[in-house]
Amino acid sequence: MVAQLQQIGKRVLDIVAGLGRSAQLLIAALLGISYVLKNFRLLVKQVYVTGVLSIAIISVSGLFIGMVLGLQGYSILVDFGAEDALGQMVALTLLRELSPVVAALLFAGRAGSALTAEIGLMKATEQLASMEMIGVDPVKRVIAPRLYAGIISLPLLCIIFSVIGVWGGMLVGVEWLGVFDGSYWGNMQASVNFGHDVLNGVVKSIVFAIVVTWIAVFQGYDLVPTSEGISRATTKTVVHGSLAVLGLDFVLTALMFGDF
Amino acid sequence: MMTTRWIEVSVGAFVVAAGLAFLVLALKVSGLDYNTDEKSTYTVYAHFNNVGGLKPRAKVTMAGVTIGRVASIEIDSKWYDAKVTLKIDNSMKGKLSEDTSAMILTSGLLGENYIGLIVGAEENMIQDGGEIKDTQPALVLEDLIGKFLSSMGKE
Repeated sequence: MVAQLQQIGKRVLDIVAGLGRSAQLLIAALLGISYVLKNFRLLVKQVYVTGVLSIAIISVSGLFIGMVLGLQGYSILVDFGAEDALGQMVALTLLRELSPVVAALLFAGRAGSALTAEIGLMKATEQLASMEMIGVDPVKRVIAPRLYAGIISLPLLCIIFSVIGVWGGMLVGVEWLGVFDGSYWGNMQASVNFGHDVLNGVVKSIVFAIVVTWIAVFQGYDLVPTSEGISRATTKTVVHGSLAVLGLDFVLTALMFGDF
Repeated sequence: MMTTRWIEVSVGAFVVAAGLAFLVLALKVSGLDYNTDEKSTYTVYAHFNNVGGLKPRAKVTMAGVTIGRVASIEIDSKWYDAKVTLKIDNSMKGKLSEDTSAMILTSGLLGENYIGLIVGAEENMIQDGGEIKDTQPALVLEDLIGKFLSSMGKE
């Protein structure tokens, strides 16, 4: 009985200690901005790895999600004779919810897991330790550029996702199902508010970017340096990242759009 | 092995593409319009007994053509009616007669409320900051049903 209680207490303390270490890492990495700006090449390289290499998956999923929204929206709206509102439905769904969330989920799977595995392997092969040995702070040199690259990349990917999604919705709605394109764009422009919808979506994706990249670099930096530890940490990145995105999305939506 | 040059170029292109996409969102999707600022519109007020579901940013139309937007709706504590501020395009400046009437209409069965203007025959025109005096309130479904029931009761 006492042993079990001790076990529970140890688990709780472990979790709290993990949170503490992750917060320390986040602050140390964010404070490394001057180093990142001095070594701008490092940041550019990481934006390439996390951002540019994710464009393909983001564009393709954006296109198909936009097309599905167009198709499903049309089949519901046409019953009410309101298929003219298709543009507004597609645009609002994408801008407010789908592009920040889906882009963040894809980002966690595509770029987050790669970050964890890379940093984890660096730790397992003692590259991080040898960096410290020669007087280079691995948090500034390795973690900070990756964190900032993630924070830069995801909002940009989210914006691209939205535009391609809206275009995909138009492809199905206007070109295929015959919604009048004037009402597709007109209704969209009448109902989408730049500050309320577009900017709030971007703010959401910035928050998701910080959280997902933070989880990814922390899991990589903090893992048990074995092959099993790396595989566990990679899984954790995707699972924790996705759950954090979905949970935070509700909170952010309630804050941003909850005032009726 | 990727050269540094290629990485720099593709990251640059990525940032430019995202910037362009943001511009598309701003101009094409949200219709952020630089023409609707203060300079190209003028203000007209209208008092309604009941605005129903009218909201700020609703359109103001004449003959079905949008000529302006609702800027704000507030309660007038003097007469206890709704004071609606309309921003009308400058192209219509000095072309709305003083006996222009304003109605609150609904687009479609379930659509949004908007304001329809019908021009009158008066010689004098409404100026900037003027008021539309002839207004019809929104149709409120409960009132309609109430009238219908009471007229049914009389027969």
